[in-house]
Parts: sequence; C-alpha cells; structure tokens
Amino acid sequence: MSHAAHDEDSHDDEGPKVLAVSGKIRTIQVHRPEPQDTSFLAATAKGLGITLKHFAKNFFLPRRKAAELGKGGAPAEAKWRNDIETVQYPEEKVQYPERFRGLHRLMLREDGAVRCVACMCCPTVCPAHCITIVPEESDSKSIEKRPAIFEIDELRCVVCGLCVEACPCDAIRMDTGEHAKPVYERATAIETKESMLSRGIKSIAVQGGEGPAWRQK
Amino acid sequence: MPSWLTLHNVLRVIDNGAVKWLILVFAFVMPLASILTWMERRQSAMMQDRLGPNRANIGPIKLKGILHFVADALKMIFKEDFIPGNVHRGLFALAPVLALAPVLIAFAIIPFGPTIYPHALGQQIPSNIVEGASWLNLSDPIRGQIFQVDFGLIFYFAVLTLANYGGTLAGWASYNKWALLGGLRSSSQMMSYEVTMGLSLMGVFLVTGSLEPGYITATGWNHNYSPANPLNWLWLPQLPAMILFFTAAIAETKRAPFDIPEGEPEIIGYFVEYSGIRWGMFFLAEFIEIVFISSVIATVFLGGWQVPFLESDGFHFGGVVSFLPHGVVVALQLGAFGAKVVGLCWLQLLIRWTLPRFRADQLMSLGWKLLLPMSLAWTLVTALGTLLF
Repeated sequence: MSHAAHDEDSHDDEGPKVLAVSGKIRTIQVHRPEPQDTSFLAATAKGLGITLKHFAKNFFLPRRKAAELGKGGAPAEAKWRNDIETVQYPEEKVQYPERFRGLHRLMLREDGAVRCVACMCCPTVCPAHCITIVPEESDSKSIEKRPAIFEIDELRCVVCGLCVEACPCDAIRMDTGEHAKPVYERATAIETKESMLSRGIKSIAVQGGEGPAWRQK
Repeated sequence: MPSWLTLHNVLRVIDNGAVKWLILVFAFVMPLASILTWMERRQSAMMQDRLGPNRANIGPIKLKGILHFVADALKMIFKEDFIPGNVHRGLFALAPVLALAPVLIAFAIIPFGPTIYPHALGQQIPSNIVEGASWLNLSDPIRGQIFQVDFGLIFYFAVLTLANYGGTLAGWASYNKWALLGGLRSSSQMMSYEVTMGLSLMGVFLVTGSLEPGYITATGWNHNYSPANPLNWLWLPQLPAMILFFTAAIAETKRAPFDIPEGEPEIIGYFVEYSGIRWGMFFLAEFIEIVFISSVIATVFLGGWQVPFLESDGFHFGGVVSFLPHGVVVALQLGAFGAKVVGLCWLQLLIRWTLPRFRADQLMSLGWKLLLPMSLAWTLVTALGTLLF
C-alpha cells in the first residue's frame, strides 16, 4: 500500500517536461513513437484481429429480429445473432416506446359516438394552432355539443401532447404508436374527424352528466 | 458454316495474346474490380456493425446489392462531363487513361492458369508429359499466360510505374493547388515505395533464379519437390519479403493507410477537379491495382494457380493418387487462382478499413528508414543463404 503510494508520488514528481507556461495553459512535451522506432506490426495484427472478429460475426451469424434492434446492443438471448444495428426502415420497424406520442386518434363512447364534446380546450392550449374544431348540437340530451369538423394539420403539429393533457373527457389520444405519414401534398397531411375516429376505440372512462354515479360502478 | 471456322482455327485465335488479354481483363479483372467497389462498402459495413449497400436491384433480382456497381457505373457514365476552365485539356483528358491503361497492360505477365490442351480435356495427363505420347492429342495448346518473357516482373515494375504519370499529370493539368499537391505526393510516394517493392522481390529472384512469374509458379523454390506442395511455395523461405512487398504494394495502390495522395480530409487529392466517368476511371484503376497486387502476391508467393497437392493427373497425397481428367484439373487450377486473388483482395480491404492513415512525413520515414533497410537486409540474408545451402 505504502509502496504503491510512494510509486505514485515519484511518478508525480517526474511529470511531463513543461516547455512553456502561459497563464493556466502548460505546453508539455509528449513522446509519440515515430514509424522508424516501431514497426507497428503487433498493433496492426491486434487491430486486424478486432475488425476480423466483427466481420466474421456479422458475416456468418444471422441478423437479429427487427424487434430486437434499436435497443443499444444485443440482448443476452440473442447470443447467436450478429451485432448489426441497421434497421431497414420500410420493411423493418423498431417498436416505439410505450409513451411515444404518435398520430392522434379520437376515442368513442360505449354507443360508438365520438367522445369529444367540442369544449375547445385542445385548440386553446395548442401552441401550434393546428387543431380546428367546428361544434354542432348533439343529439343526446345529456351532452350539449359535438364536433362537426375536427381537423389536425399534422404538418403544423409539434407533437407536444398538450391537447391530450388538456382533454377533460379522454376524447383525444396520441398513443397509436405510429407517426405522421409522409405525403405528396400538404392537404393530405390534414387528419380529419373520420380518419382519427377510424383509429379510435371505445374508452371505458366515464363522462357526460352522470354525476357521481361512476363511484358506484 | 464457313470453311475457315474450324475448331483448330478458333483455338488458334484464343491462344492469341491480345484475345487472351481481352478474355482475362473483361471476364475476370474488370468484373472483380467492379464488384470490389461494392464489396469494399459492404465489407467495411460488416466490420463496423452496419449493413452496407444492399438495395440496388433490377426488378426482383437483388443479389445482396451486388448490382450497386451497375448503378454506380450508369451514374458516372451519364453524368455531365465537366471540365473546369484553365485546365490543360489534353493532359486533363489523358491522365485517367494513363492511370488505367498500364495496370491493365501489366496483367499480361500474370500466369492465370496452366497450359490447357483443349483436345485432351477428358483424359488424364501424366505429371511428366512425354512429348508425342501417342494416346494424347496435345495439339493447339492454350498457354495460361499472355506475355511470357524472361524479364516478366521487371516488365511489371516498368509498366506500373507509368501508372503514376496518371496521378501526377492529373494534378499538374487540373490548375488547382490541392490537385498539384496530391500529384506531388503521389509521385513522391511512388518513388519511395517502388524501391522497397523491387528490393523485396530480389530475394525471390535469388531463390528461384528467375524473373519469370510463370516459371516461379511452375517450379516453386525447391526443384526436388512438387510445385503443388504448399510448403514449396515461396511464402515459406521468403515470408519477410512477402510482408515487405505487401506493405509496399498497398502503398502503391494509394489507399489507406497510405492514402496521402488522396488525403480526403485535407487536399482531396490529384483528382479533385475530376467528375463523372473520368473520375470513375481513376477509381477503377485503384481497384484494378488491388486485383493486380493480389495477383502478383498470389503468383509469386502463394503458388499462383497451383492447387495444394494437385498434379496434372490428379491429387497426390501421401503416396495415394486420385486420378482426375485434364478438364477437371484445369478448372480446379483456374478456380484456385481466382480464389487466391479474391482472398488477397479481401485481406487488402480488411487492412484498408482497419488502420488509420499515416502523416505524409511518417509515410516517408516508414518507407526510407524502415522498409528500405529491412528489404536490403533481407536481400543480403537471402543471398548468403543461397550461397551457403
């Protein structure tokens, strides 16, 4: 222990040779081997070994499944798989994380009607002003309004998720796990009520003038 | 069928040097060099845990992306032939040709296969052919080497040095400081490493007593043993020479770790002003040089077209002989030459994608202070060895 400490001390004493000092900056002399001093053969062989190992593994072993890609290194069970990380995108897709904010969808009531009550919370909170809602009278007696038009311009959307946070009736969600598709015309990037409802499912959240009845369920 | 179109005449035409050269270049060298452009990207990707180019296809034919070289060639051919102002037009146009042509010409000295007897393909040919063996028709032989001269390897050095004029003239004609620097570096590098290349082969000349690659392949270093024995190939007595030659040869191809003339991060190189197919010719010349260097090393050090233990009548192994007809033997030997060349190309790509590049001054130090003395010393050692034994 003391011996090691002594060694370190003596090493500190020697230090690199200081050529010049200007303020906090020290110019020190370092020794780098020149080609005539070393043949590089050992280091070359070692480096070739490393690259050869990678090449052999990636050449002979099969690829990992797409679901195992994009997770930073091979999982333990993929022992006889290679290390290639490339995802061939249109054919292979990486599973997005659970909390990934994707394309919007509109949720449905038990009876299949749209859950949105056109309260205008989401267009109000939206920082990109990408939500357009035109309300109309609702058929149901307990619900006042519903959206006649509900459009989101996916080109303007900044995918912040504030609309989902603001929604009081679990009507809009971003949990589809897809992202906005590339389009050839700007008009086709606008999501309509119908397209967002087509991705929607029935929500079990209780809403709509039932008062505290949900507590008894 | 016209009367002159006989098998004899066709075989005579095939044995013509120019025709053999065309067959070798267009059936082996050019395809291999083209595929190397794809193989380099794919192999480097594999070494770096990537996938590499694998998508080029003609309809459903994908072949793991090999067709990328077709796409590259089409792109380069149809690109605008842009010549900047102030360049020396004649030299500018001449430079890519000068880079490409000598390498292709140098292939003439490479023995790519044994002598083929087309009328005896189905028969066995004994190891020691007795001329006029009555049961064999040995007429119309096709020699597996285009240009058989006693000064074979000297011819290679002389011709391949001309290839350097391509780079130098490109740098000179381009009217560009960076191109000129690249051209200068190219010629200085060539001069430094040519010396080592020549000297490292001196040991081979001393051991075999010949400058003719066909003779080296056909005899090996010890005349008492079969040239098909891998231990009789020149890698065994001349291993240091092989390493020295390989190092200098990689420098000759001007690729990393010796890509000073190109120097992408700093001067871009002597072809900075070139684009389209003119640049493509420089690129192709580089890859053909890889194939050529592999061919020379395979021929001189690794037995060329010899298959281990395969004589002209079949495999000889420990006194047991499995006889094979001449056609099969020839096919195996041509395949062995191809396999050795492809393997060495693969090794060069592995080296190119493993080692970082040298600085210009380090390059000169390595060449003049390490490789040159070592090759001189090895020549002396070999000379003493041949004198004593």
